[in-house]
Amino acid sequence: MIPELGHFALILALSLTVVQAVMPLVGAWKNIPEWIAIARPSVWAQLLFMLVAFACLTYSFIVHDFSVAYVANNSNTELPLLYRISAVWGAHEGSLLLWALALSLWTGGVTVFSRNVPDRMLARVIGVMGLVSIGFLLFMILTSNPFDRLFPVPVQGRDLNPLLQDPGLAIHPPMLYMGYVGFSVAFAFAIAAMLGGKLDAAWAKWSRPWTNVAWMFLTFGIALGSWWAYYELGWGGWWFWDPVENASFMPWIMGTALMHSLAVTEKRGSFKAWTVLLAIFAFSLSLLGTFLVRSGVLTSVHAFATDPTRGVFILMFLAFVVGGSLLLYAIRAPQIRTASQFDVFSRDTALLFNNVLLVVVTASILLGTLYPLAIDALGAGKISVGPPYFNSVFVPLTIPLAMLVGVGALMRWKTDTPSRLVKKLWPVLLVSVVVAMVLMFSFAAEVKPMALVGVVLAIWVMASTIYGIWDRVKDKQKKISALIKAPLGFYGMSMAHFGVGVFIIGITLTSLYSSEKDVRLAPGDNYQLGGYEFAFNGVQRAQGPNYVAHQGNLTVKRDGELVAMLEPEKRFYRAQSNPMTEAAIDAGITRDLFVALGEELKNDNAWSVRLYHKPFIRWIWMGAFLMGLGGLLAACDKRYRVKNKEAA
Amino acid sequence: MTPARKKRLALITLMIIGVAVATTLALKAFNENLMFYFSATDVKDGKAPENKMFRLGGMVVNDSVKREDKSLKVEFILTDNQSVVTVVYEGILPDLFREGQGIIAKGKLNPQGQFVAEEVLAKHDENYMPPEVAESMKKKMTETQTQSPNKKY
Repeated sequence: MIPELGHFALILALSLTVVQAVMPLVGAWKNIPEWIAIARPSVWAQLLFMLVAFACLTYSFIVHDFSVAYVANNSNTELPLLYRISAVWGAHEGSLLLWALALSLWTGGVTVFSRNVPDRMLARVIGVMGLVSIGFLLFMILTSNPFDRLFPVPVQGRDLNPLLQDPGLAIHPPMLYMGYVGFSVAFAFAIAAMLGGKLDAAWAKWSRPWTNVAWMFLTFGIALGSWWAYYELGWGGWWFWDPVENASFMPWIMGTALMHSLAVTEKRGSFKAWTVLLAIFAFSLSLLGTFLVRSGVLTSVHAFATDPTRGVFILMFLAFVVGGSLLLYAIRAPQIRTASQFDVFSRDTALLFNNVLLVVVTASILLGTLYPLAIDALGAGKISVGPPYFNSVFVPLTIPLAMLVGVGALMRWKTDTPSRLVKKLWPVLLVSVVVAMVLMFSFAAEVKPMALVGVVLAIWVMASTIYGIWDRVKDKQKKISALIKAPLGFYGMSMAHFGVGVFIIGITLTSLYSSEKDVRLAPGDNYQLGGYEFAFNGVQRAQGPNYVAHQGNLTVKRDGELVAMLEPEKRFYRAQSNPMTEAAIDAGITRDLFVALGEELKNDNAWSVRLYHKPFIRWIWMGAFLMGLGGLLAACDKRYRVKNKEAA
Repeated sequence: MTPARKKRLALITLMIIGVAVATTLALKAFNENLMFYFSATDVKDGKAPENKMFRLGGMVVNDSVKREDKSLKVEFILTDNQSVVTVVYEGILPDLFREGQGIIAKGKLNPQGQFVAEEVLAKHDENYMPPEVAESMKKKMTETQTQSPNKKY
């Protein structure tokens, strides 16, 4: 009964979405106030039914309704409650439901928080988001219905993939999807502005907070995913340049470019056409990411060819969205005029550099992700592009970007002089170099040139950002009150830029100074790694709710002092028959110690054990956290909360 | 040309050069890091490169896994049902590495014709067969494969 209710709610939501898409768009076009007025209520009604559908699926998981195929495939009576709830988005159908729900939530958010937007403009925005929503709901109902029944009803479910039975997974996909889908708001604003033929600073101002919040979610989502892969997959890496990861990283970079470009459009009225294009690309890459992950094309292009319904649908949808919006862009672009001029040496130019670099980075990641698929689809052989490619492209392209972060923020709009900046920044540069040298030469066991470059760069980013805050108040009489009065947007930017510095420290030191070793250890053996002594005390049996485990025990000492007791596990989930490695980690600000069990070897109770010493790895996620928080802070700036309602 | 225009022209030229250099470097890196896939029969026929990393796929032959006593060195035989290649590896094998299971290894051939693997991959799904392996074994795609989703998300 409940699953039917959910299915029914989905269909009702789809019907309401058609109303939400068609009536406001037509109303705005023909200027019919009654039709425009339907925009908001239709969104709320649609959101209500989406919530009902989502609640029904969640309920089916909680009560173990194995007559629902999706539940039977992804749950089990022994699965703990938390994971029964997170299992709702643990596989294809449910994650689509989450995607569609996220879209409804964003649309609902737009109706609530964009009250200062003229009704006609808002109707167009809601209509465009409705069109996207129709696509996803149709896709779900036609090809991937989460409420499909299963007959005969199995007594027991197949259980959730053990990899996904983890608190990290409970929040990672919702965050990621909120980010993906959030770019639909910037996209809808861009399309709506083009439909209305009015691309002005106001449009950029309305889009900015939404873009920031979407970007924040995506930042947190990617960081959580990276953290989860680090401790759950047992490989100790934090980024693998896997196509699935790239699928989420490309919209992120494009979103970063969009945020910066929107700033220029709002403040200076220039870059308009470019900003619109970035908004289209950011959302298209989000859709492409969904396509790559959801169509099965990554598992195998041939799997896609044998069961093409899902893939072809998303591909057609993608073609419709990208093609349609580019067509509209081609029609409208000649009318978009840039009002202002800027000098070669100015903040405008710095942001242009930022945009060009980010777009080139995205393009190179896109090449590395799609080329192997294209070659395979053409039957021209099987190739793969490994991390070395991505690293060798990504690192040189981001170094100039990082050098510019602090400088760009200090530059003046429209025109500036190099001498003014040099005068301000040379002491900062000197301090950065000296501090980096002192830190490296006193703490690093071996000073590697690349590490020195990375640390100088990171400290330069952080120091110039802090100098930027000082620069704002240093000529003021009341410094403290000037600090308090500075807009949140400025603090958001500074925090995010500072986060970039923290992030660079993390990447540099982790990639250059990690030590890792697979060793054979019998009880009583010990092994030295990165200045730590790992002593293996043996393995015992342990019981979990839906698994049994071998639990290892290691004592870690440094200079004879106890540092940590680590208990890595090898779990065997009853319903799934595949073993799972559960690493044990001693986390710290300056280093992580990471231990994972391999397998039992034949004699004397020995095990193969994987030991890692990872310096500064937490800084990677701390940096990402600061970036995301900066995005949120900037979105809360009070100038986005103007209450006065302008006439359309 | 006015000075402002000159400056602007310089800026645009600089950007075009920058993007061109970046593209060249990217394509060069791309070419150097492409990794091809070969089956055991390809290796036997001498199609696989001598001194370049590639990916080798196949099924682990039953009873072929041999471990050294005092280290983590392991040796096993991969087959595509036509030819076999001996693979040597030192380290921890993935959780799903089993005899009779399809796997992919990344590495190089040594002068003895053995494949020295740097990385061994087995997907986290008991029904999963890497698509390359499945194809090189000329087996028909089964339902389970097409449905084996990428479980990361």
